[in-house]
Amino acid sequence: MAEGHSAVVTPMSEGASGDNYLTTGKGVLSWLFTLDHKRISVMYMVAILSSFLFGGMFALLVRTEMLTPGATIMTADTFNKMFTLHGVVMIFLFIIPGIPAALGNFVLPLMLGAKDVALPRLNLLGFWCWLTGATVCMVSIVVGAVDTGWTFYAPYSTTTGTAVVSMTLGALILGFSSILTGLNFIVTIHTMRPEGMTWFKMPLFVWSLYSTAIIQVLATPVLGITLLLLIAERTLGVGIFDPALGGDPVLYQHFFWFYSHPAVYIMILPAMGIISELVSVFSGKHIFGYKFIAWSSVAIAVFSFLGWGHHMFTSGQSPLVNVIFSALVFGVAIPSSLMVFNWLATMYKGAISLAAPMLYVLAFLFLFSIGGLTGLFLGALSTNIHLHDTYFAVAHFHYLMFGGTVIAFLGGIHYWWPKMFGRMYSEFWARISAALIFVGFNLTFFTLFVMGSHGMPRRYYNYLEVFKPYQQASTVGSYLLGLGFMIMAYYLAQSLLKGEKAPENPWGGASLEWETASPPISRNFEHEMIGLDPYDINALELSSDSGSYIRKDPSSILLTQAGGE
Amino acid sequence: MAEMHSTDHNPDLAPHFETIDQQRQSSRLGMWLFLVAEILFFGGLFCVYVIYRVNQPEVFTFGHQFLDKNLGTLNTLVLICSSLTMAWAVRAAQLRQRMILTLMLVLSFLLAGTFLGVQYVEYSHQRQNALLVASQLAPDADIPAEVQPEEAISASVEGAPDEAPLEAPMVEAVDPGVSMIAPAAAGPAGLATAADRLAAQAERDLVNVDPAGAKTFFSIYFLMAGLHGFQVLLGMIAMLWLLKLTFQGAFDGGHSIKVGNTALYWHVAVVIWIYMFLLMYLID
Repeated sequence: MAEGHSAVVTPMSEGASGDNYLTTGKGVLSWLFTLDHKRISVMYMVAILSSFLFGGMFALLVRTEMLTPGATIMTADTFNKMFTLHGVVMIFLFIIPGIPAALGNFVLPLMLGAKDVALPRLNLLGFWCWLTGATVCMVSIVVGAVDTGWTFYAPYSTTTGTAVVSMTLGALILGFSSILTGLNFIVTIHTMRPEGMTWFKMPLFVWSLYSTAIIQVLATPVLGITLLLLIAERTLGVGIFDPALGGDPVLYQHFFWFYSHPAVYIMILPAMGIISELVSVFSGKHIFGYKFIAWSSVAIAVFSFLGWGHHMFTSGQSPLVNVIFSALVFGVAIPSSLMVFNWLATMYKGAISLAAPMLYVLAFLFLFSIGGLTGLFLGALSTNIHLHDTYFAVAHFHYLMFGGTVIAFLGGIHYWWPKMFGRMYSEFWARISAALIFVGFNLTFFTLFVMGSHGMPRRYYNYLEVFKPYQQASTVGSYLLGLGFMIMAYYLAQSLLKGEKAPENPWGGASLEWETASPPISRNFEHEMIGLDPYDINALELSSDSGSYIRKDPSSILLTQAGGE
Repeated sequence: MAEMHSTDHNPDLAPHFETIDQQRQSSRLGMWLFLVAEILFFGGLFCVYVIYRVNQPEVFTFGHQFLDKNLGTLNTLVLICSSLTMAWAVRAAQLRQRMILTLMLVLSFLLAGTFLGVQYVEYSHQRQNALLVASQLAPDADIPAEVQPEEAISASVEGAPDEAPLEAPMVEAVDPGVSMIAPAAAGPAGLATAADRLAAQAERDLVNVDPAGAKTFFSIYFLMAGLHGFQVLLGMIAMLWLLKLTFQGAFDGGHSIKVGNTALYWHVAVVIWIYMFLLMYLID
């Protein structure tokens, strides 16, 4: 651990010498045992994007199999494993930790003008939990994979011969990683804000991370105990979920969704936060309805705990309970649409720049709205009976998770990339890839809406001839998506190697992370900052010689105004 | 939260904090959030308990008689005492009384160890217990097959990891048709509430609640007790860590947040046990 300590704790003498967090400390150990939130974030980024690659390959295999009815490239059993692994890897390894652990970890302390998160050791422990959990999951893929679907529903999960125990154990450990991230963020936001940054002067991304963190801390333990019970069910036969042992399989569904319904808001809330940041900066305007967006993110966190029952409309719940859950789940639409309207109002009469991050914002607004509105079809009792467990639900979920979260994640990566690595990427290729992803995504998943409304059930290996054109269009779409990501991998790698050097503030953002070097020095800031309005875009102007936006009054942001250069 | 080798003026202050107060607040808030998560973790099990107890109350009245109330009470007292000594340890750390702090940590550690010891005795005792052994040793009786080894396994795995597997020699002694279960005090009451119905029912069923149902009780009990035991074990490790820090003089400066956080953790462990005691041992 000593190397890690010294990398962080030794008073840093960089800045003048041009050292930054990437170059302070060399060697693998200085990364693996670092306490620096920026390095941990970069490690998360690498780990999470690798998982995304894995999950994406599983998805492409599933789509390829669906090119023709019956067997195309794999057996039915393999197909069951493929869509399960796609789900498990994407949910537990990629999308839940995605934005908070990879981007949030980097940006949050910077946005607060702090030197680090409040509990850096827990942060590192969380990353190690992630690595351990991911390793366990990978091992279970090798020793037999899982064919239950990512939801591990009992009683199938308690009886199937696949590696359910090790896979759920992996998910359990990943859950602890998520709890630690959430816990750390709550504490950081409570105790590390700079002077002047009241709750309503926090950037909205911080608000969304805060709401997310609350869900992570409150809901994830329930997933933990559920998976533990499932493991006990399989290894000890405790008879809580398995009807053959006197257990109740619907109880499993309640437990599972008590976590996993809020979990979809763990996925989408930070994405909404990113959009709030980006839409203001690239519209050159102050965010519209700051307090509404802030409170909406909290409201969504609260609502998220009340909607789990809508996953069990067809599981034999009492009709009264169904009605109540249906009404509650509609409630989420209110804060969500409030946000959408506020983003639109922010863009209204703005000077919109169509840089790559903004393209992702536009894609998000479009796709998130479709995803959100189709959610109402599924939340309504009568239509749900028809659409339950069809491709329609799959399409809805992907419009929110991919069209919402992943798109916003990509927007965030492009937005903060210059800050994280100090390099610009090729704007041209970024736009091409964004367009490909948008087109590919819609081709892949809009066809699923159509098929689902015509009754194509999810997770089926075979299908009727009538669905063939849709299935093939969808598969072609997924290849386009893959191509888009390959282009992205190419230009981002190129940017790391020989990208143009990024200025401190290439976009004109007014939040504190832009007040330090790109990439930042180890202790983040040269001077202590104060919290000003993070959306006061007009306080900045483009400096023609450095290509960077600078404050018109540079000392206004410093805690001790006399302490400037 | 452990030591930071800082060159700052205050050796207790980690470099990313501005003030010691900010550090203390962060540490304390972090602990509270951790405890909230932990309570929710146990909350899942309590939820399972509530659901099964509401659905099958007779199973719980039946099952709880096989828990030893005396040992349970003893353990409750032991834990409450350890809570006191931990609270005293916090006080001692604040007042920089190194001797008393050491004494209290040692006492807490011993009390926690006593708790685990008593738990072990109780589980070994339950291994002799007719209910568990009957289902274990009668694999081809007409008791539904699924009632068999799980109890015993969960007893040994969840309860006391180092217990030897159940010995088989008593097999011949047990007639699978006849329950070795001692007569229940109140008998299986079903959903009946009135005393006469209860009595009538008890007579009708004699004492033979289907052991398949009773396993639910023990599944929940051993899962809870096992997890709680794990929590106690972690607490004991934390106490040892604090003792080591005390010997190193880490609390001589009155920077007692680590003692305070461990004590918080410990109090929650005690409270969870008290609920378990009330809900599992004292059902009537």
